[in-house]
Amino acid sequence: MTTAKADNVSLSWYEASARQRIDAFVDAGSFAELIGPELREMSPHLAIFDLPEQFDDGIVVGRGRLDGVPVLVAAQEGRFMGGAFGEVHGAKLTGLLRAARALHQDVLILFDTGGVRLQEANAGELAIAEIMRAVIEARRAGIHVLGLIGGRAGCYGGGSLIAGTCSRLIVSEQGRISVSGPEVIETNKGIEEFDSRDRALVWRTMGGKHRYLIGGADAFVDDEALAFRQAAIDALKTMRGCDVAVLEAEQKRLERRLQRFGEAADAVEIWQALGIDQPTGIPALPTAAFLRAASNRENADDAR
Amino acid sequence: MSDWGMQKAALAERLAAGDQHAKGKMVPIANLPAFLKAVIRSGDRVCLEGDNQKQADILASALANLDPRDVHDLHMVQSGVVLPSHLDIFDKGIARRLDFSYSGPQSARIARMLFGRKIELGAVHTYLELFARYFIDLTPNVALIAAVSADKDGNLYTGPNTEDTPTVVEATSYKNGLVVAQVTEIVDKVPRVDIPGDLVHFVVEAGRPFYVEPLFTRDPAAITETQILTAMLAIKGIYAPYGVRRLNHGIGFNTAAIELLLPTYGERLGLKGKICTHFALNPHPTIIPAIESGWVDQIHCFGSEVGMEDYVAARSDVFFTGPDGSLRSNRAFCQTAGLYACDMFIGSTLQIDLDGHSSTVTTSRIAGFGGAPNMGSDPRGRRHPSEPWLKAGAEADPDSNAALRRGRKLVVQIGETFGERKAPLFVERLDALDLARELKLDLAPVMVYSDDVTHIVTEEGIANLLMCRSKDEREQAIRGVAGYTDIGRARDAKLVEQLRQRGVIQRPEDLDIDPLDADRSLLAARSIKDLMLASGGLYRPPSRFRNW
Amino acid sequence: MEKLSFRLTAPRCAGGTRTQAIVGVVASGNLEVLLERASPADMCTIDIATAAHGFGAVWDAVVRDFVARRSAGGLRISINDGGARPDTVALRLAQGVRKIEEPER
Repeated sequence: MTTAKADNVSLSWYEASARQRIDAFVDAGSFAELIGPELREMSPHLAIFDLPEQFDDGIVVGRGRLDGVPVLVAAQEGRFMGGAFGEVHGAKLTGLLRAARALHQDVLILFDTGGVRLQEANAGELAIAEIMRAVIEARRAGIHVLGLIGGRAGCYGGGSLIAGTCSRLIVSEQGRISVSGPEVIETNKGIEEFDSRDRALVWRTMGGKHRYLIGGADAFVDDEALAFRQAAIDALKTMRGCDVAVLEAEQKRLERRLQRFGEAADAVEIWQALGIDQPTGIPALPTAAFLRAASNRENADDAR
Repeated sequence: MSDWGMQKAALAERLAAGDQHAKGKMVPIANLPAFLKAVIRSGDRVCLEGDNQKQADILASALANLDPRDVHDLHMVQSGVVLPSHLDIFDKGIARRLDFSYSGPQSARIARMLFGRKIELGAVHTYLELFARYFIDLTPNVALIAAVSADKDGNLYTGPNTEDTPTVVEATSYKNGLVVAQVTEIVDKVPRVDIPGDLVHFVVEAGRPFYVEPLFTRDPAAITETQILTAMLAIKGIYAPYGVRRLNHGIGFNTAAIELLLPTYGERLGLKGKICTHFALNPHPTIIPAIESGWVDQIHCFGSEVGMEDYVAARSDVFFTGPDGSLRSNRAFCQTAGLYACDMFIGSTLQIDLDGHSSTVTTSRIAGFGGAPNMGSDPRGRRHPSEPWLKAGAEADPDSNAALRRGRKLVVQIGETFGERKAPLFVERLDALDLARELKLDLAPVMVYSDDVTHIVTEEGIANLLMCRSKDEREQAIRGVAGYTDIGRARDAKLVEQLRQRGVIQRPEDLDIDPLDADRSLLAARSIKDLMLASGGLYRPPSRFRNW
Repeated sequence: MEKLSFRLTAPRCAGGTRTQAIVGVVASGNLEVLLERASPADMCTIDIATAAHGFGAVWDAVVRDFVARRSAGGLRISINDGGARPDTVALRLAQGVRKIEEPER
C-alpha cells in the first residue's frame, strides 16, 4: 500500500520547519491544509506594532492520513515569533480540535512554542483556555489528542499547559517542556537558582530525557520525523481514557512523585533516586541505551 | 670591564626581592600582591601571558590590583588582549604602552581606550612578528605565564594549551628576565616537562585552572545554505583543481562548512586523499567527521580547544601529542608551519576593498589580527615546490621562465556578500583607513594585503585574481562576485562577462553547481551533538554549546 | 513595515501545475515567499512587506535578476520579510519556483 508510506528520508525534527515536519510525518502526499497561507488569515495585532506578519500566523492546520488512518494535524512554526500563540494562531487550533470531535478523528499537535505572544496577550491567553477546553471535550468524546515535542522553541508557557491536557506526549531529547522558561526562572529567582545560559542544566531540567524519566512525557524518540511518526502510530493504538478515575490516579501519582523527589536539588539526584546506575551519564546516552537505563521511570497515564 | 653583567645583577636583585615572599620557588597566593610589587619595576617591559586561548588570569588580576604609585609606566607586550583585567591595567595607570596582536573579546573597549589616549599604542602585530620582536627589541623584563602544573623545581606542564609559553619563556629567561608562572596545582612529578624548571623563577599555585576561551567551536546548527554554497564553490572550484593538500582554515562558518562537507560532498567528487590531508589548524570540533572518515593524515595545532582534549589524545595518529598522551600545541611553530609549509590559507573577513585589501577593523572595534596575516601571506622565503604553488605561480605569470618563477601561495577570502546586520563585505574604502587617520597611525591595520590575496569566493562565484592582468580587471573581478552590494551593482556587466569567459570569474553554473542543492542535509554533522556522537563520545563540548 | 510592489515582464512562464507554493519562514534574517498562479503568463508581480527599511534599490535588483533568470511568468509572488539578506532572498525565490514546478502527487 503506497499511500500509507512516509517519505523515506531522514529529517531532523529539531531543524525542520512546521511544513517540513508535516510532510515527513503523515503518509506521503496525504496532507490537505485548511485555512492555508493563500487566505492570508493573519494576526490583526502585529501591524499595530510594525512587526512582520506570516501568512499562516505561525501554525499549519489540516487533514492527512497516518498509516492509512485519517487524522487532523496542527504544526506550530517555532521560528516565527517563537511559535507563540496569538488570536488567529490559537483560533486555528481550537477550530481543528472542534472539527475533530465532529469528524471523530484523532488529532496530532506538533508543538513548537514559547507560549503566548506578548503583543496579543489577552487574545493568546483566551486561546490557551479555549484550546484546553476543546482538547478535553474531544478526549471525552473518545478522541486521541497527541502532543509531539522536539522543536527549537520547545513547549513552554500556555503551550505546556495544553500539552498537559493531551492524552499522550511524544518527546525527543531536544524537546523541552516547562511552564516557565529558563530566562523567566533566572529573572524571578536569581542566577543562583537557575543559570539560563547553562544549557546542560536547562536540558537536564526541562529536556526530553528528564521529562520522560519523571512521567512528563510518554514516549521518547530520536530526533527524526520517522521516529515521531512511528511513535504516534503506536500511541494511537493505545487505550483511551479521560474520566475522573484517570485524573484521580494521576493526582495521586503526582503527590507521590513530589514526596519522592521534592527535596532533590538537581535532576541528577532524581535519576539517582530512580535507581539509574550512572545518573551523570544520562545526557550523553544514545537513544537505545537511554531507554534501557530508563526502565524504572515514572509512568503517567493519559494525564500529567 | 666592571660594567659587564649588569643584567644578571639586576635579575639577582629581583630574585632576592621575590625570595622575601616565597618559599623556594613557591609563592603562596596570599603573598602575590606583595610579591609582584617587589619584583616588577616601573617602566618594565612585561609579557602578561594572554594568548589566543589560555590566560594567566590570576596574575593578570593581581597585576591590575597593584597601586599605580608603586608600579607605573609598564610596557605590555603580549599577543592576546583578552581579559577585562588586561585593559584595567591601563585604565588604572599601571601600564602605558602596548604592543599586541589580537584583542577579539576586548575589541570595542580597546578602541575606546585608544581614542581616549589611555593606551599608547606601539603596533598591532601579526603573531610571528610580535614573537620575533620578543627576541630583538621587545624582550620582556618580566613574563607572567600560565601552566597546568609545576613541580617543586619549577618544571611546568602546560597540558594541551602550550600555545605561546615556550616562546615567551625563551625570550625572557635567557635574556636575564624574570619568569613567574601561575599553575593550577603543584605536583610531585609533572606529566611531561613543557618548560624546564631552570627557566622558571617563581610559581604560584592558583588552585583552579587558568581561563581558556573556546574560540574555535562553530555550531553546525548555525551554518546557512549560503555558507554551504560558498563551501561547495571553494571545494570544487579551488581545492580540487589546485589539489590543495596542505592548508590552514580560518575559524568562520564558511570554513566550518567546508570541513563538514568533506566526508559528503568531497567524497562524492572523489577528492578523498587528493585534498585536505595535512593541516596547520586548531582542533576544530567541525573537523571531527573528516578525521573519522579517514580524510586527514596530520594536524599541527597553535593551541587546543575546550572539550577536544580527550578526542585529540585518542587520535595521536593525527595530532601531535606528548608522552602523557595529551596535545602539544605551539603557536610559533604552527604559525611558521602555516606560513611556509601550507599551500593555501582560506578564511573570512569583514571588509574587502576594490584592490582586494581586507580588514576586520571597523571604526568602533579593533580586533587585531589572529593567525590570518601570517598564513594569509605569500612567503618570499619559500623554495620547495608543490603542485598548487607552482600552478598558482604559473597563472600569475605565465610567460616567464618556469625554473626561475616563484610559485604563489593560495590566499583565499571566503564569505557572503552581506554579513551580519546586512553589512556589505565589499566597500569602496576600508574602515581601517579612517581608524588609522584618527589614531594617527602610519599603517592602517590590514589583515590580508591585496598583493597576497589570490581568490575571493562568495555565493555569486569565485574571482581568480591571479589571472587578472590589470588594475581594472582586478576591480571588475571583485565587483563581479560582490553580489547585490553597492560595489557589486556598480559593475561593468560587459567586462565581467568577458572575465567569466576567460575563467577569471566562475559562477556556480560554470562549475556545474546548482545553488538549490546547497542544503544543510549535505553537512556531515548538523549539530554539536552530532559532532559529539561522531567522536564516539570523546568530544565533550562546553555546556553553552549543548542542547541535550 | 515598508511595502514594495513590482510588476515585471517575464521571459519564461513557470512550469508545472501546482496552484501555489510557499517556502521559508518569517524570522530574523529570513523571509517567506508565497507563489500563486494569478498573473498573465508573461508577467510576474511581486509584493513585499519588509521589516528592513531603505533597501528598495537592492530589492529592485534582486527581483529583476530573478525574473530574468528563472521561469517566473504567470506568478503572483508575495513576500513577508524579516530582514533577510539579498542572497537569502534570491535563494528563497529560486526555491519557490522549484517548488511550484514540482510534479503533483
